[in-house]
Amino acid sequence: MYVALALFVIAIGSVVFHLLSPWWWTPIASNWSYIDHTITITFWITGLVFVAVVLFMAWCVWRYRHRPQQAEVLYEPENRRLEWWLTVVTAIGVAAMLAPGLYVWRQFITVPPDADEVEIVAQQWQWSYRLPGPDGRLGATAIRHVSDDNPLGLDPDDPRGADDVMVQGGELHLPVGRPVKAVLRSLDVLHDFYVPEFRAKMDLIPGMVTYFWLTPTRTGTFEVLCAEMCGVGHAFMRGFVVVAEESDYRAWLEQQQPARPAAQRAVPVIAER
Amino acid sequence: MADVPLDRVAETAATEVEDLTLHHPHSWLTRYVFSQDAKTISIQYTVTALAIGFIALFLSWLMRLQLGFPGTFAFIDAAAYYQLITMHGMMMIVYVLTAVLLGGFGNYLIPLMVGARDMVFPYANMLSYWFYLLAVVILLASFFAPGGPTGAGWTLYPPQAILSGTPGQESGIILMLVSLIVFIAGFTMGGLNYVVTVLQGRTRGMTLMRMPLTVWGIFTASVMALLAFPALFVASVMMLFDKIFGTSFFMPSLIELGTPLDYGGGSPILFQHLFWFFGHPEVYIVALPAFGIVSDLIATHARRNIFGYRMMVWAILAIGALSFVVWAHHMYVSGMNPWFGFFFATTTLIIAVPTAIKVYNWILTLWRGDIHLTVPMLFALGFIVTFVNGGLSGLFLGNVVVDVPLSDTMFVVAHFHMVMGIAPVLVIFGAIYHWYPKVTGRMMNEALGKLHFWITFLGTYAIFFPMHYLGLLGVPRRYHEMGEASFFPASAQMLNAYITVLALVVGAAQLLFLFNLIWSIRHGREAGGNPWRATSLEWQTPETPPPHGNWGREQPTVYRWAYDYNVPGVAQDFIPQNMPPEAVPLGPRPAPGGMS
Repeated sequence: MYVALALFVIAIGSVVFHLLSPWWWTPIASNWSYIDHTITITFWITGLVFVAVVLFMAWCVWRYRHRPQQAEVLYEPENRRLEWWLTVVTAIGVAAMLAPGLYVWRQFITVPPDADEVEIVAQQWQWSYRLPGPDGRLGATAIRHVSDDNPLGLDPDDPRGADDVMVQGGELHLPVGRPVKAVLRSLDVLHDFYVPEFRAKMDLIPGMVTYFWLTPTRTGTFEVLCAEMCGVGHAFMRGFVVVAEESDYRAWLEQQQPARPAAQRAVPVIAER
Repeated sequence: MADVPLDRVAETAATEVEDLTLHHPHSWLTRYVFSQDAKTISIQYTVTALAIGFIALFLSWLMRLQLGFPGTFAFIDAAAYYQLITMHGMMMIVYVLTAVLLGGFGNYLIPLMVGARDMVFPYANMLSYWFYLLAVVILLASFFAPGGPTGAGWTLYPPQAILSGTPGQESGIILMLVSLIVFIAGFTMGGLNYVVTVLQGRTRGMTLMRMPLTVWGIFTASVMALLAFPALFVASVMMLFDKIFGTSFFMPSLIELGTPLDYGGGSPILFQHLFWFFGHPEVYIVALPAFGIVSDLIATHARRNIFGYRMMVWAILAIGALSFVVWAHHMYVSGMNPWFGFFFATTTLIIAVPTAIKVYNWILTLWRGDIHLTVPMLFALGFIVTFVNGGLSGLFLGNVVVDVPLSDTMFVVAHFHMVMGIAPVLVIFGAIYHWYPKVTGRMMNEALGKLHFWITFLGTYAIFFPMHYLGLLGVPRRYHEMGEASFFPASAQMLNAYITVLALVVGAAQLLFLFNLIWSIRHGREAGGNPWRATSLEWQTPETPPPHGNWGREQPTVYRWAYDYNVPGVAQDFIPQNMPPEAVPLGPRPAPGGMS
């Protein structure tokens, strides 16, 4: 009896906890509200299944518990109709979760052609950023170029990098409402750029470049966490993203210095012109 | 089962053997230490793995103390915390769950359940245990090595696993990799035994489709393990080479705390693919034996045939096969080619269908049964709840785009503890309460067992269910303290403290089980040969506990499947698999009685 009661309390209690929980996702600040919708759909379907299964168990335990006077036990090795029926219903439920999931994933990995590029570079245990500068293109990099004077390893011979704007140990500034493609790179170990309000996240890997994209939808300052274990400083690898109106963003950008002042730029810059 | 012919199995002459030819051990050493008897090896495996389990439990206490009350315990700094979670995870997954379910239950149950005298390669079987023990010793040695055990996380992702920002990179990581290599070598010897014994060692009449689901689960898991562990084996060897000889399998050119290293050209993602090609089947290597065992616990204690036996077998095989094509769902945000997401999300969610079928069939077995709420049954019920909860949260994480915000958060920690931590552990407890009388001849104490169940089941549910919501909030996993962030409310740390207190209580409650386990060897109620009135062969041995050779002079002959409970027109509520059709007592079904 108390077993059935316990099962009943678990089914109902879990739903009540879910509805009353003060711990819930942060208010969204990007275009990925589709992800939140898909999570909501998944909560509904899985929640219904969980409650149905546990309540059915509770009922069975109460109804068919061992008693001196009880109905005869059913001997029924198989019931093909019931089994197929359950299989089909399950497949439909799974498809109802998978279809929106794949649809949104397609959007997630398809970067709009007009997205601005910004590079995010991780190393133990800080975030750095690089913006492409007036030419709109990021210069090449390599680990072998990394030095105290060139912490992000820009290729000194690549003219595209000369006007790049680097932000070391500071904040990443983004204009609101414009799609941005974040290009990710790590100098040492795995990291993961995670801003809970953006919903998107992606690992940063030494030796290769990864990416994700988003459109910030509201202004504000958002905390960056590292979400891929990167050694003893992992929990303290924090930073901030400042999403600002276009005009404020421009004003900030004006104050930034390019990677190499014009006088020091290599000859090819001029040659290219 | 209706479709399997019940006759024509006794045509061949009985295989009687002289007692002398069974090669009984002659000395104390060969009987109890270097034993080739699968049952003794099983006990060795189980006892060793339970000991590791208690160490891993203790490690989890320490890590929970740090998370619940950060900064209070000075000796648990970030480095120590990472060592704790790494060792806890690796110990539980490989050295406890895999070892108990395959090495422990596999060794005891396969020969007895299929009516064999022993495993087909007893000597390799013995070596399997001693390799396992060696692997355990190497693993534990890393606690005493310079720099301590590795703190790379149980996934051991390079490059950080072998670089200086990670604790234990001096020698701990080397010992970990060597230990895994030894474990896999040992497992291969055991695994080949389990597979070949099931295929070749079955007694007369024991067709594949008459085997108890426990055997199906362990058999399929063993086949999977033999295919999956080699990926971990080569990954371990390659990483050892990277660490010791400076090769660059997994190491691109990179900087270690400001200094460029000589590595170049390797791929960290290659390791992740190899690791998860092992790691995902590993989840089912743990789950399938648990699925099988819980099916038998439910059928026996609900006194009803398992519902949809053939569907259950096919579901086990389908899950086993599919689990080899889902591994990259652990890598959705790893930076692999994003187009993989479509494939792996689809395969992952397809696995939900055969898994759901298993759940339906368990609960439909309860329906219209005669449910005896014994301790094994309670654990089986607890398993279903926990497993369904953890399986459903897997539908979040498997569905690629939903995984993006949840990946690497406490939601993942909560999910996998539910589905492959607590759920199989509940089955292991249930199975020990169930088969203990066969192993020792005595029952475990029921009152203590029920107390143990309620604290463990309700406690772990209350620990891990709320933990999902920390992940929804955005708390990353593998943080030695949550720290401060604008979106962490103060109540989140209170939740962490609550989880810690509960974890201490539930952990301490496991001493009830340990006490019961030891105390009942001498003081438990005498069990007799078949205390649960079960049908499968292990309960029909001439002696309990079964001696070396299991069956005396003549191996049993099997006439039916393992689920003939409450067959209409039969005068008892179960028919043992080896009862000849002419011996089945016909008549009206007796009044329910016997067990409580």
